[in-house]
Parts: sequence; structure tokens; C-alpha cells
Amino acid sequence: MSIQLGIALTHLIHRKRSTLVSLIGIVLGVAFFLAVSSLMRGSERDFIKRLIDNSPHITVSDEYRNPAIQPAASRWPDGAVEVRRVKPLNEVRGIRGHVQKLAFIESLAGLRAAPTLVGSVVLTFAGRTQGVTLTGAIPAKMKQVSTIEEKLIDGSLDALAANANGIIIGVGLARKFELSMGSVLNVASPTGQVRALKIVGIFRTGNASYDETQTFVALKRAQSLLDRPNRINRLIIQLDDPYTARDVAAQIEARTGYKSVSWLEASEDLMSVLFVRNMIMYSVVSAILVVAAFGIYNTISTIVMEKTHDIAILKSMGFHARDVRRIFLAEGVILGLIGSALGLLLGVGLMALLGQVEIKPPGATELVHLPIYWGYEQYLIAAGFALISAMGAAYLPARKAGQVQPVAILRGMG
Amino acid sequence: MSAILLAEQVGRVLPGEVPVTLVQDVTLAVEHGEFVAIMGPSGSGKSSLLYLLGLLDTPTSGRILLDGQDTSGFGEDELATTRLEKLGFVFQFHFLLAEFSVLDNVLLPMRRLAVLAENVARQRAEHLLDQLGLREHWHKRPHQISGGQRQRAAIARALANDPLIILADEPTGNLDTRAGANVRQILHDLTREFGKTVITVTHDLTFAKAADRQIGIVDGLIDPKWRM
Repeated sequence: MSIQLGIALTHLIHRKRSTLVSLIGIVLGVAFFLAVSSLMRGSERDFIKRLIDNSPHITVSDEYRNPAIQPAASRWPDGAVEVRRVKPLNEVRGIRGHVQKLAFIESLAGLRAAPTLVGSVVLTFAGRTQGVTLTGAIPAKMKQVSTIEEKLIDGSLDALAANANGIIIGVGLARKFELSMGSVLNVASPTGQVRALKIVGIFRTGNASYDETQTFVALKRAQSLLDRPNRINRLIIQLDDPYTARDVAAQIEARTGYKSVSWLEASEDLMSVLFVRNMIMYSVVSAILVVAAFGIYNTISTIVMEKTHDIAILKSMGFHARDVRRIFLAEGVILGLIGSALGLLLGVGLMALLGQVEIKPPGATELVHLPIYWGYEQYLIAAGFALISAMGAAYLPARKAGQVQPVAILRGMG
Repeated sequence: MSAILLAEQVGRVLPGEVPVTLVQDVTLAVEHGEFVAIMGPSGSGKSSLLYLLGLLDTPTSGRILLDGQDTSGFGEDELATTRLEKLGFVFQFHFLLAEFSVLDNVLLPMRRLAVLAENVARQRAEHLLDQLGLREHWHKRPHQISGGQRQRAAIARALANDPLIILADEPTGNLDTRAGANVRQILHDLTREFGKTVITVTHDLTFAKAADRQIGIVDGLIDPKWRM
């Protein structure tokens, strides 16, 4: 152990009370920092998770970002001629060449894609009718890109593959129509077809509107009901790393030409709100540590004042100014290190405690735990900031100590 | 014998609105193994001279050569290193660090110099304390021993790095007669038996008489006619 560190430790050990008080400041600062940060980041992640989980990471739809250019307009770009009353061709809408496009997308690493056909139908049961969104999907693929399987409270997605006339509905719709597993209801499509479908699954997402208006059937069934054989109009893509969505979406759009929207693009406003919220949170919790740093400043300043004679004798003995500075900087570092270590422990304890808290948000049916984020970077930020504050607080008294002129002190004593 | 410490026309003026002259035009050569007493009335500048000779303070004029080396161009760090390696100080007050044991206090300069291994340094510190009659007090803290013992511990600390010169500023000034006599004897023995050079500022006539040479300082100047 260096002599400077030895002296620093001795100073602190012999001033137990003030050492303890400044330690408590840092410990509480770090612990609160962690608790608040883990809650805020936890709720942020919880929010993003819901956002990411319940919506596709990337949706490729059968639309273009810009309308197709008319042949006449591309022939004469400066256009003296304006063609009016152009009526688009009556075509079967959908993603063209979707088999090849799907093959291309699936060739990209780290993603899973599911083709779907989405359309509107009318449900009728016991004289009641309701318009709903019908999604035709391949169960095996759908499971990989959607959490719908986890949200099923009865039945399974695979039942759609087993039973071509099966349908999965939300709990809201089931309640409204007094339906249960095995009930048969009529589905009427805009093309005029009517089919009797049997309920093979009921899901609950917690989103009332979704639970009332979304239904799932097998892709083939949807294609025949909507009279769009072999067509799909939406590709749902789920990524291993949701944060690469923007790049991957751009890549897909560039290759396929169809509009590819990432979840980040779809919720850009929310993401910027979360960023601002984090900035505010970190400023506030950092302020706690700055206050704690004053405790350290106070302790070390007091030691420097009390120990002026010791400093004078050390310097007369041959200690350099920087040796003396190091003694007091070391005191700051020791306080910062011990304070951070204990603060991290207390903080983790607080986080565990907060994680146990169950609350029932207004309008919710179930108790939820407070979302706690356990990411390691928070510990680094908290400990790093505490250490920097402690060193900053120690620096001023340490510099003053280094400037002590032994002769001035000795003369005063003589 | 060669001059181990040489002061050439050394002066020290405290700057300020009214500059104060502490020491002026002091030329002095101290031989190796010499025992020099600096005497003079209070406020005559003898302590200031000792601080200059001990490289604690830097002269505003003239120069000081220690062991043949001109120290006038030295920065603060070089001066500190020179003090650490070549000089030892004993003050009127013992200035031992209160939180450290007597042994640790003696070890401080050796640990800072870091030439000796810890166990060798420890042996040396124990040996020094033993020689100064503090064998049973190694592990006591300064407040647990008497004033005379503390001053002897301070002498042991001054000797820790085997300095060329011991500079003492009224080392007996704060001690009772018996303890003072003891400290006097030790410093005297250092020059006679161990060949150390000792420069001491003192009011103590008995002490000064034992010295090889007495230098009188009046108003910051060496007074050639000064007699005890």
C-alpha cells in the first residue's frame, strides 16, 4: 500500500462520524439513483416491449410510398399534356410475387416473416352483426412473429391449421356475442360469400378495442372468403434485435418496392418523448449525488484544515505537493468507492423491494408488478457518477492542501 | 574537511506593501560533522535562516550549496526530494502525526523515499528507536508518551533516511530541564559519535556552549561581535 493511501485511510478511520455521514450521503444517493433509474427505465422498457410485442417490428403492406407514375407523365416529364379522369385498372390487390419477396426477406439474417391477408368481414350470430378485421395467417409462421399465441386463454393457433373452418376471436367479442369455444358463427365477406366458422380459440390482449375487432382464420380460408386466391397483402416481420428495424425496413423497401414501416417509424413521437423523459430523470437523480458530494467536500475540507500541521511536517520532510494532493484525493476516491459499493447493494435491495410491489392500474383487471429494469449499465452510470462527484469534491480541498507552505505554518508556531 | 553546506550572501525579503527583511547577506560555511548553534534574540531571523539553510524556504538573493550542489535553480519538487534524501528536521514541537504509532511516524520518510524494502525499513526504524531509548514505546501513539520521548521520536524520524545534516529549531524549547538535557545529549552525540552535521537554533546556553561554533544573528545579519 502506498504511503499516501495509508495516510488517507488513517485520516478517515479516525474521523468515523464525519466519514460515516458523508458515506451515507453517497450510499443514499447511489441507491436512489438506481431505484429511480430502474423504475423509469423499467417502465420505458415495459412500454416499448408492449409496443414492440403487440405490433410487428416491420410491416410490409401492398402500398407504395408514392403513387405509381402514369406512363404519359414519364414520357413527357415537363408535361404539356394533362390526362384527366384516369381510372386505375381494376386489379386484384395484394403483394405481387409475394413468394419470391418472402423468400428474399427470409434470406436476411435475424428475422422471421409471416405472410397474411387482412380484410374486413361482417360477423353475424343470433341476429346480431358486427364488422371485424379478419386476418388470414399460417399458424406455424404466425406464432413466430406474434404474441397472439401467448394471449390465447382458450384453444390454440394450430387449431386453425387442423380445422379449415376455425376462427379465433377476442374475449371482448366473445362476451358481447355470448360466444364460447365451439360456437359457430356466420362470417359474411364483401364479395358476398357467407361461411359458418367454428370458434377454436379466444384471446385476451388487454386492449379492449383489439379484443373486440380482431379475428384470425387460416390463410387459405381468408383468401377464399375475400376472393383473393394465392394473394397476401401484408408481411409481418419480427426481428431478433428490434432496434435494427429501421435499417432492415429500408433494405426491404428498397428491394421490394412496397412500403415497409418499422415500429420505430410508426412510433417516432413516443420514442422522442421517452428520450426526453430519460434526460430529465438522470438530471434529477444526478442532483442527489451532487448534494452528496458536498458532504464529501465538507469532510475532506475539515480534515485538511485540522491537519495543516501534519501537511506542513510532511512537506518539510520531503513530501511533494502532489503527494499531499494524492492523500486527500485518495480520501475522496475511498469514500466514493465504498459509498458506491454500499449504495449499489442498497439500490439493488430497493429495486428488489420495488419489484415486489403490486399495483392495479386504473381500468386494468389484473394486478401488475412495478416494472424494474436490471440492466448493468445503470450500475456503471450510478457508480461512475458517484465516483466522479466524490473526486470532484475532494479535488478542491486536496489542491488547497498541496499549496500549504510549511514555512508559513512553522513560523506561526515558533 | 569540506563545506557540506555553503550559504553565499543569502537574503530573504517577504514581499508586500512594506517588504520585510528576514535575513540579509548571510555568508556561512558548515563543515561536515560540525555542530553549529545559531543564537540571537527573538525575532532576529535565526529561524528564518534555518528554514533557508534547510531548503524549506528559498532565498530572494544569494545562493545555497548543499553537498556541493547549487540549489538556487531548484523547483519545489526538487527541493522536497533533496530534503527527503539529505536533510532531517527537528522542531520545537514534535509534529508527530497523532494517528500513527511512533514506529509508523519514523517509517514515514523511509516509506516516502521507498529505497529500503518495508522489512529493512522497519528494522532500521526499530533500531533507531532502540538507540534513542524508545524500545518499549514503538507501538504507542504520540499522545501516550512524554514530551521528551516525543522529541526523541521526532529525532528518530529526522534520522530515518540517514541525512547529511540535522536541522533543529529550538529542539529543547518546549521540554523540561531533564528531558531537554537528554535531547541535547543525543544531538551532541550525533555529531561526535555518528559524524552527523547538526545545525540548531537555540536559546539554551548550555546547549550552545557544547557546539563547535556559535553564530549570532541580530536583525537578520550575522553579528561577528556576538558573544554568549
